[in-house]
Amino acid sequence: MSLLLAIFIIATALLFVTGLYSLLVTRNLIRIVMSLEILTKGVTLIMLGAGYINGNMAAAQAYVITIIILEVVLLAVATGIVLGVYRRNGSLNARKLNNLKG
Amino acid sequence: MNITILIILLAGMVVSAAACVMMRNLLHAAIMLAITSAILAVAMFVLNAPLAGVFELSVCAGLITVIFVSAISMTKTYTKEELKIKSRVRLKRFAFLPVVLIVVFVVLCAFIWPHLDASLQAAGIAQAGSNVQDTIWNKRQIDLLGQIIIILAGVFGVVIFFKESEKK
Repeated sequence: MSLLLAIFIIATALLFVTGLYSLLVTRNLIRIVMSLEILTKGVTLIMLGAGYINGNMAAAQAYVITIIILEVVLLAVATGIVLGVYRRNGSLNARKLNNLKG
Repeated sequence: MNITILIILLAGMVVSAAACVMMRNLLHAAIMLAITSAILAVAMFVLNAPLAGVFELSVCAGLITVIFVSAISMTKTYTKEELKIKSRVRLKRFAFLPVVLIVVFVVLCAFIWPHLDASLQAAGIAQAGSNVQDTIWNKRQIDLLGQIIIILAGVFGVVIFFKESEKK
C-alpha cells in the first residue's frame, strides 16, 4: 500500500468517525444535518484520493462535482424540513418528534 | 506535490470537523464547517483538481454556510442559563470523541503500517486526451442529466414545503 493511499484512508476514516459519532450523540436537527455534511466531506476526500492515485483526475473531478450537487440539494431539502419541524413543534430536539408514535 | 502540505491540510480538516461538532454555539459550528470545506478546497487545488476545488469553495464553503446561517437565524436561540445547562450535557456527550478519534487513528496505523511500502505513486497527471471538460460533457452525459433532475427535485421539494407552511 502506498503512503498516499494510507494518508487518504486514515483522514477519511477520521472524518467519517467524527460525523457518525455526532450523528449518534446529538439531538439538535441542525447539528444532525451538519454531521451528514461531514460524512459527505469524507466521501469526497476518498473519491479525490482514488482519482489522484490512479492518475485519472478528470473522472474524479466529475464525480466530486456530482457529489457536491447532491450535497447541496440534500442540505436544502433537509433545512426546509428542519424549519418546518421547528415551526410546528417549536423545538429542534429530535427526541420530541413523536407525533406519529402509535 | 509536497506530501507534508497534504498531511497538514488533512489534519487541519479533521481538527476543524471535530471542532464543528463539539462547538456549543450553532453559528460557530457553521463557521467551522465552512473552514473544513475551505481546507478541502485547498487540498483539491494541491491535488491538481482545480475545477472541483472551485465548486467546493463556492458551493460548500459559501452557499451551504449561508443556508446554515439563515436556518439558525430563523430558530430561537437559548438563554444564557439554558445554554449553560445544555453545554454541560454536550460536554459529557462529546468528551469521548477525541478518545475515539485517537483509538481509530492508532488502530488504522497498526493495520496499515505492515503493508506500507513508502512509495508515493504520485500519479495526479490526467491521462492523455481526457481532460475534465471532455469527461463531463462527452463521457458522462447521463450524470449531467441526473444532476439536473436532482436539482429540480430539490427545488420542487423546497417550494412545496414552504407553500404548506404558508397555508397554515
